[in-house]
Formats: sequence, C-alpha cells, structure tokens
Amino acid sequence: MTVPFPVRRVARVAVAVSLAFGALAGCGGDDNAGSGSKGPSGKIVVLAASSLTESFTALGKAFEAEHPGTTVSFSFAASSELATQIEQGAPADVFASASPATMAQVSDAGDTAGQPVTFVSNTLEIAVPAGNPAKVTGLADFAKKDLTIALCAPEVPCGVAADKVFAAAKVTPAPDTLEADVKATLAKVTLGEVDAALVYKTDVIAAGDKVEGIDFPEAAGAVNDYPIAVLADARKPATARAFVDLVLSAGGQKVLTEAGFQLP
Amino acid sequence: MATVAVLFLVVPVIGLLVRTPWSTLGDVLSRDTSIEALRLSLMCATLATAVSLVLGVPLAWVLARGDFPGRSLLRAAVTVPLVLPPVVGGVALFAALGRRGLVGRPLDEIFGITLPFTTAAVVVAETFVAMPFLVIAVEGALRGADRRYDEAAATLGASRWYTFRRVTLPLVAPGVAAGSVLCWARALGEFGATITFAGNFPGTTRTMPIEVYITLQQDPAAAVALSLVLLVVSVAVLAGLRERWLTTSA
Amino acid sequence: MAHDVGVSGSTLSADLRVRRGDFDLDLALTVQPGEVVALLGPNGAGKSTALRVLAGLLPLDDGTVRLGRTVVEDTVGRVRLEPDERQVGVVFQDYLLFPHLTARENVAFGLRARGIARREARERADDWLARVGLVEHAGQKPRQLSGGQAQRVALARALAAEPRLLLLDEPLAALDAATRLEVRADLRRHLASFDGATVVVTHDALDAMVLADRLVVVENGRVVQSGAPREVAAHPRTDYVARLVGLNLLRGFAVRGRVDLAGGSTVTSAGHADGDVFVSFAPNAVALHRSRPDSSARNCWPARVASVESHGDTVRVALDGEIPVVAEVTPWAVAELGLRPGGEVWATVKATEIVVYPA
Repeated sequence: MTVPFPVRRVARVAVAVSLAFGALAGCGGDDNAGSGSKGPSGKIVVLAASSLTESFTALGKAFEAEHPGTTVSFSFAASSELATQIEQGAPADVFASASPATMAQVSDAGDTAGQPVTFVSNTLEIAVPAGNPAKVTGLADFAKKDLTIALCAPEVPCGVAADKVFAAAKVTPAPDTLEADVKATLAKVTLGEVDAALVYKTDVIAAGDKVEGIDFPEAAGAVNDYPIAVLADARKPATARAFVDLVLSAGGQKVLTEAGFQLP
Repeated sequence: MATVAVLFLVVPVIGLLVRTPWSTLGDVLSRDTSIEALRLSLMCATLATAVSLVLGVPLAWVLARGDFPGRSLLRAAVTVPLVLPPVVGGVALFAALGRRGLVGRPLDEIFGITLPFTTAAVVVAETFVAMPFLVIAVEGALRGADRRYDEAAATLGASRWYTFRRVTLPLVAPGVAAGSVLCWARALGEFGATITFAGNFPGTTRTMPIEVYITLQQDPAAAVALSLVLLVVSVAVLAGLRERWLTTSA
Repeated sequence: MAHDVGVSGSTLSADLRVRRGDFDLDLALTVQPGEVVALLGPNGAGKSTALRVLAGLLPLDDGTVRLGRTVVEDTVGRVRLEPDERQVGVVFQDYLLFPHLTARENVAFGLRARGIARREARERADDWLARVGLVEHAGQKPRQLSGGQAQRVALARALAAEPRLLLLDEPLAALDAATRLEVRADLRRHLASFDGATVVVTHDALDAMVLADRLVVVENGRVVQSGAPREVAAHPRTDYVARLVGLNLLRGFAVRGRVDLAGGSTVTSAGHADGDVFVSFAPNAVALHRSRPDSSARNCWPARVASVESHGDTVRVALDGEIPVVAEVTPWAVAELGLRPGGEVWATVKATEIVVYPA
C-alpha cells in the first residue's frame, strides 16, 4: 500500500546525497584500507519503515556508487508488517524500524545481530490537502465529527504515536479510517479524500505540493525513535554493517535530516 | 504435475490449520472486533452479490444477446476489474466516486453525499471487484443456452421481459447460481479495493480480511485464527450451495 | 373440415422475398381459414426460412404478410409485428418444450404470457392436454415424456395460445416410424379441428399427403408445383416431385398420343394431350427383357442397367440409355434376367400405363 513518491523529490534528495558524500568519496580509500581487502560486496536486502522510502532509496544509490559491486534492495512497509515478515523468516540483512517497540519484538526474538541503534527520530505533523479546504488549525479539529479524518491504525507505529499525542492533548479523535500504514494514510490526504490526517513530518515533506503540514505543540510528546539493526540471519553481514554505518555517518544523517527527520 | 498442483493449493491451507492457536481460538473469535468484522463481511458480501445480480445479469444479457457495434469492447471494459490489481481498483473508485471524483464531487456538492470510508463504500468496492465474476459466468451460461427457446416463447406471445424472466433466466439458473457464489466468495475475500476506497474502521468498514491484515501486524497468532474463520465460512457456504445444486438438478 | 362454431379464422396471404447469401426465396402463399397447406421440398429449398419469416423470427427483405385484415409485415409500408405480436403459433421440429416447466405449464405459457390468471390458464391448459390425451402427464417435465407425447404437448401449447395462423416445422421428423404412424393420424385430426390457416413444412411426401389439403412444392426458393395431394401425386412436374411420389417423369412434345422425348426417342400414350407435355409412368409399369420382345408394347427401347437396389420385396433397377427411367421388378426377375450394373436389357411400357399432361 505504498504510494510512489514524486520523482521531483527523489531528484532533490539525490542532489543532497551527492553533496553530502562529495567529501566522503575522497577518504573512501582510507576506509577500505582500514577494513582490509574484503570490502562490502554482493546484494543486501533492507527492510525499512515506509516513512524511510525516499531517504533510504537515495542512501542505497549512494552506497552502491561508493561500493561498486553491491546492490541494495529495499522493502518498504509498515514496521510491524516487516517485523512479521522477519519472524516468518523473510530473507533480509538490515531492518530499520519506525518504532523501538517493533524493533524490540525482533531483537527479543534473537533476530538481530547485536543491539539496535537509534539513527533518527521523527515527529508527527498534521497533514491536510493543499489549500487546507477544511480549515484545520490544530489537533482539536480531529475531534470534529463532520471532518473526514484518517489516522494510522493503532496496531502500527504511527498509530501508536498518534494515540500518544491525542492522550497528551486530551483530544478524542473521530477518525473515519484507520489506515494500515503511514503511506496509505498520507495517500488519503494526497487524494483529497480526507480533510486531515496525522502522519510523520517526513511524509508531509515527501508528499510535496499536494499536502500541507501543520505543526502542533503536542508533537513533542511523541517523538518517535527509529532504530536500525543488522539481522542475525543476514547473508552479507559485512555489507549490511557497512550500510548501517553509512546511515549513521554524517553524510547519511544529513540526507535524513533533509528529508525531515531529526537527529536522536 | 497434478500432484504438485494439489500440494501447492492444499499445503498453505493445512499450514493455516497447523498454525491455528486452538487453545486461544475461542478468545480471539469471541472478541467484539472479530464478531463485528465477520458480521460486516457477511453483510457487505451479500449486499455486493445482490447489487451484482441486479446490475450484472442484465449486463450479461446485453453482452450475450445484444447486437451492437463495440460489444466486444464493452465486454473488455467491464471485465477490466478482473485483471486490475484491487488496490488500483480502489484508487480508480476514488477517481470516480471520491470527494474529488468525477461523480463523487457533484454528489458531494449537490447532495452532500460522500461515499469513501462508509459501509456503502465497502459494498461499492466489493461490487466493483466481484461483479465481473458474475457477469462472465452468466454471460457464458446465456451463450450456452439455446436461443430457440426464446423464439418459442415469442411465438407464444411472450414479451421479451416475460421471456427473460420465465424462460431465459430459469434455463441459465445454474450459471447464475455459480456466478453468484463466485461473486460472493470474491466479495467476502476482497481486501485491496476495500481498504483503499473504504478505509478501515471497526464496525463500519473493517471487514474480515482487513481485520486479519491489521491483526497480523501485532498478533500473528490471532490473525491465523481469524483467517480460519474466513476459511470455514467460505467452505461452508460453497459446500452448502453445492449440495443444493446437486439436489435440485437431480 | 370440421370448424369450431362461432370462430372465424383469418386468411393468410403472404408474398415473401428473402435473400441470404447466394440463396433467395421468392414465394407467394395464400392459405384459407381451416385449410392445411404443406410446404414440401428438399432440404435447403427455403421452406424453413419461409416458416421463420411467417413467424416473424426472420425479417422479410421484400414483400408482405397479411393475416385477415391485419398487415403483419409490409416492407413497403414499413410495418413489422414482432413474433409475440403476431398470434402465430409454431410447433418446432424438436418441439422446444421449456425443459424447466411441466407439460401443463408449457401449455399454459402462452396464456400466462398474455396476462391470463394462473388458475384460468391452468384450467385451459388441462383442457388442451385432455384434447390431446395427455391429462395424466400434466405434471411431468418434458424429459419424462416420450417423443409422441412431447409432440402433442407442443401442439397443445401452440393451439392453447389461440393463434390465427399455425405453423408446423417437420412435425413428425423427430419420431420413430411406429410412433409416426399413430401421431400422424392424430395430428391430422387436430389440424382438422383448427379453424385458422395452417402451414406444415415437411420434406416427407407421405406426411404432406396425409396432413395437407393442398401441397406447395418448393425447390431452390421457388414454388415448382402446387395443388391437391392427389393431383400432385398423379401429375408430378419436377424430378423431385416424381421421385417423391415414385413415378418416372419425362418431358416431350406430343402430337395425338405420340410423344417425341427430349432425348430423341418416341413413346406412345393412350392419353390425349398436345404440345409440351410431361410423361409419367410408375416404375412397376416398366417391363424388362433380355432380348427385343415381339410383344404388342409399342414403347420398347434398349437400355443399360445403371444400378440394382433392393427395396423390401421389390427391386428397383435404374436404367441408362436414351430414356433414363427406373423399373421396379421382382427379385425373381432379377435372377431370371441376370440383371447387374452394366448389363444390356430391353425395356417396354404399355401405352395405357403412360400418363401425358401439359407442361
């Protein structure tokens, strides 16, 4: 249920990536020398939360460019769905979750190699269709029955985060639909079928002109940490590790903050 | 190869049975949300089948008996939902019936009716996806039926409509029944178009397949239990109808 | 004709022209109320097409169909009644009884379709079933009926709808020989009591002869001969009719009993007709001889045996030569004469056996 993000946006992120890694490429030789003769190689599969679609796609390209011979393929979906896939034995090397709880589910089962690391955090933002036709101003509008509201289902991380901010704001939302992942929630806004939705800030940025974001103070109460980990069953652990390192590097962090994420 | 095919089709179902958490089955199934979803599923699938019958049988008749240019084009058009990914179908429904859709916008602006995220939207989505099954089945039956019976009825003074009701339809009844069952089963299992166009809200639009999908995010064991319910209901209805056909056609 | 009292039927007058591919039908037909006309012809002659046109199941390309004063179809006046508006009953070749309805419901169908209440329709259907002797089968489905029973239900169904014109398409073709005999007699009786015009389409001469008051012989979409069955049987005018009625038919030019045949031979007849004539005589009037006989038969000619076929207790011998005819002889004669294809024989026909009539 992911919606293709605007091509324009990818281009912009790609520019940011190339800028971010312009310097990095120069010292790449050192890195390789340090890690011995066997550098990253082969194909890795990265399972990542939907909200990471644009930034990770760009990072993947950068990684492949930096390490010729490697291929990074992604599967973007709701973190909880990805966790289920891992549990079912889906062949994957890296898992980047939009929720520590979901990551904990995986690491508790012994499916991660080492402790997960928080690499960014994301906050919620109100998303409304361009022009804000329903004149939404804040979280209180989510209680209005006559507005059409989309939220993430409480079973998925963005829904958990939404519940948290509503609890903090003492607002009882009146949603019309509880979407299965954040991209589906955003899509309803993009299509103009709902008046407002609660999604991640990064999603609002990724949606471009079709969606407007409205900040609200309670968002600070539900900062969502994104942990990343190499999986225990990774077939290319070295390459997987290298990709995680890239995500945690200054260049990687720059790409992610450009996309609307915050540093942890 | 036939054995492989059978295994391929049967093993996943067996897997479902093996994975079923029999001890907690009762708890999962007696949850309000499960009962609500099942009730909604049965109701919407039945309504979608009813709508498909009312609209689809005449359409099948036109396709089978009509003699006009562009008939094959029309057939291709109405069977598109068969091959369309259901999610795309949901998006298409937005384009037509959403608040900003071709039909949906005037509907909203003039009558204040908005379809998405309502139970009606579930029925619409299921009908959209499932009706072609009925149309194809009934059209096939109509093509196979001997048109000379219609001629015989006409020479006896029967109007087209009377002939259709009393002769054509009874003669293709097995085809209509088969089409209805296919349509109902497809509607019951409908997921993609429904979750896209109707969304997901307990009691209003959260049908059983969506309940399974959402539950899978948090509680895979419960999802298996719910899947089992869907499986049992489908098999029971298919078996029941089959029994009836056999007894009536004997 | 036993007509029902108080009901007056309508005359069918039809002038049909239909073109389908390289086949065309051009047929004028008038049938009086109470009259049964048989359209007789070989397969593909266009008789079934004519029937479908009369029923309204095929459109006319050109022409008119009138029933009494009603214009049913008129290509010039652009009138065309649909089949259900014509009051034309049809008994189809394979009956087309509705398989999901009982015999009674089949017969009541036309009445129900016209909006007659269920109970009355049912009573009238039972009445019709009684007339055709099938009361005890009223509740049975068509597949439980025998061929003869189904035929009678089909007839009752058509008649119960009170048609102004009754059409029967090969009504006996689907029956076995034994049933056929019985049903044929029944059918004749029922047709006799129907006061409207009736058209029976058949390729069977006997069916036509028994059922019809008048025969209309159709070949290649045209009427080639018409008249009372006895007249047609006695004076065939085409090879097809001659074969149907089992006569030898020749063409010639007659001057006082002496007929010059198309092939150059001459035959002598006891009859009197001058000018272009048909010459016909029965196969059993032809006698065969091993050598030239010196009998009194003036009609005597040499021939070659083309084929020898056994027909029951007689043998039909087809002869080639200047006068191609069929002779019917006994098996004993075949042995006696040593008849076999290619053999040479002499044929004689008595002048008194030869019928001559104007062409």
